[in-house]
Amino acid sequence: MFRPSHFAAVVLFALFASVVFGITQRETPNRMIRYGIYCFVLFVGSAIVLSWLMFFIAR
Amino acid sequence: MFPVLVRYSQKGMATPQIKNDAVDKGFVYLPLIAGWLVPGAGHFLLRKWGRGALLAASILGMFVLGICMQGKLYSSAHDVLDILGLAGDLGNGLLFIFARVLGLGADQVQTTTADYGTRFIVVAGLLNVISAVDAHNLRTGRKS
Repeated sequence: MFRPSHFAAVVLFALFASVVFGITQRETPNRMIRYGIYCFVLFVGSAIVLSWLMFFIAR
Repeated sequence: MFPVLVRYSQKGMATPQIKNDAVDKGFVYLPLIAGWLVPGAGHFLLRKWGRGALLAASILGMFVLGICMQGKLYSSAHDVLDILGLAGDLGNGLLFIFARVLGLGADQVQTTTADYGTRFIVVAGLLNVISAVDAHNLRTGRKS
């Protein structure tokens, strides 16, 4: 059984979703890559920000 | 009185009609259906090899990781959340059917990792639907 940490699961999820979003939502290869990276950063960045927010709320 | 003849020409119009021979031939919904049944197949049919390979790798990877995490495959629809989960799982097309036939995945979610796996499988199905619709848009000429 594959047991990734929460952060590893977030990174894997962001990676796969960003590839699909990049390819399907933009037309030219350059814009696909840029949009894919943008989505990946937003996915991972928002997970980190929300995690810290929940950490401080829970204290 | 002489009738006034007005002749329209598409030349120079703001939105000229799209002329694409590939668009006019064959069954229009084939890439959509193929893309739904097998991830990336819609793009392969349209000879978009690179895009198809990346989509297939992403969707297959997500589905396989979900199964490896002992994610749940929805089989019945008792409440609204189950219906939504089943709709997402059905987006995987043949992958979902093969996984059900082979008895893969878990019946009950018992660990946190299995819950991640369940989400991975559902999202893989939703991403597969997006990629199948993208293949359809390529086929109809709505996207290049």
